[in-house]
Amino acid sequence: MPISRGFHGRRRSDSEPERVPPGQYVTDDFPVLSAGPTPHRPLDEWSFTVEGAIDAPLTWSWDEFGKLPSETVTVDIHCVTKWSKLDTVWTGVSLDTLLDGIDTSAEYVLAFSDGGYTTNLPLEDLLEGKAWIAYRYDEAPLDPEHGGPARLLVPHLYFWKSAKWVRGLELRDHDEPGFWEGYGYHNYGDPWKEQRYAGD
Amino acid sequence: MERTALRRRLSWTQARVVDLLDETASVRSIVVEPPEWPGHRAGQHVDVRLTAEDGYQAQRSYSIASAPEDDHLVLTVERLEDGEVSPYLVGELRPGDELELRGPIGGYFVWEESLGGPLLLIAGGSGVVPLRAMLRHRSAVASVVPVRLLYSARSLADVIYRDELMQAATGLVDIRFTLTRARPEGWTGYDRRIDRELLAEVAWPPDDDPLVYVCGPTGFVETAAGSLVDLGHDPGRIRTERFGPS
Repeated sequence: MPISRGFHGRRRSDSEPERVPPGQYVTDDFPVLSAGPTPHRPLDEWSFTVEGAIDAPLTWSWDEFGKLPSETVTVDIHCVTKWSKLDTVWTGVSLDTLLDGIDTSAEYVLAFSDGGYTTNLPLEDLLEGKAWIAYRYDEAPLDPEHGGPARLLVPHLYFWKSAKWVRGLELRDHDEPGFWEGYGYHNYGDPWKEQRYAGD
Repeated sequence: MERTALRRRLSWTQARVVDLLDETASVRSIVVEPPEWPGHRAGQHVDVRLTAEDGYQAQRSYSIASAPEDDHLVLTVERLEDGEVSPYLVGELRPGDELELRGPIGGYFVWEESLGGPLLLIAGGSGVVPLRAMLRHRSAVASVVPVRLLYSARSLADVIYRDELMQAATGLVDIRFTLTRARPEGWTGYDRRIDRELLAEVAWPPDDDPLVYVCGPTGFVETAAGSLVDLGHDPGRIRTERFGPS
């Protein structure tokens, strides 16, 4: 491995290294990454839909969504642009709750958002306590620039998979690349395997 | 949205540093020669990886400042006072050193002539770097797409590529600066932070359907992109790149 002459690095002593995936550094800030302007969707125009390989689409209004059982979780998040943020606190609805009892042949999901953003994931990565539709961050309503009113939260994958401004999920029999996946980012995006770009 | 698949594996490569150019007191351009470079498109970035003697590594992303047509690959880096990688790149790196990088990365925040215009570029601070690559590319291919750059900096001394930008400002290339903290005596350019009013004055009207690239710190990009949407610009024509603190 080539040594960078004169580089010593600045290791943080206050975070446990085993919680930080390779190539990441820990930040206390909450940087914002998005490809376009921040959409501002009024809550009375907001809905969340599960569609695709399902007999009949499911749709919730904002009020209906807020009445679903919610969970508050503390998770570490990892952005492909190298920052990680530990112990972030979110409240939202588990995908297990939203997808409970549905009958589908789908193995993949394409999440879609206001502003046209999409991202693809295997369905199994959304189940069994691994994913939420989060609408509160740090005990306050989720800011639009961080994806409010609601975003997908899939903390075990790079954070571009946690689609901001999410409006629904398309259940699919076949995988289809989402927005960044179509621009050369990794199709799956496991931070622990450092799957940043296609071929990693 | 159009897309270009980038399926080639991105491997780390050892690029030799051939020159270092001081752009401002805190910004330096790093001219490198990778042994193999697949080429890039204006607006893309690279990942840089540093390795300490004990094997500790740190990675960050930096925008490419050069046009695809330029002889060398150039990165322009601003030193962040509490940064881990940028102080090394700006203060420690010397010609002859090797710099490990991989790329190019990103395919959305790019401009090439087929995308047309008019082209509106809005830069906050070192956010000008990928936009400069677009300007150089536009010039290199002798494009006749009209372009307007609105560049917000703290003072004239903080303007990166100042001479190059001033010289480029002719004909279809409209370069405008706004200096937010300090102005030289007799300054006739803008003197305030970018807001809706300033954008209404500088941007082509929404009916002209400009293609817009905004790059800078998060707050800057939020304000600029949000104001353009409020003014009636199509959000689908506004591409953003935000610099987090890193």
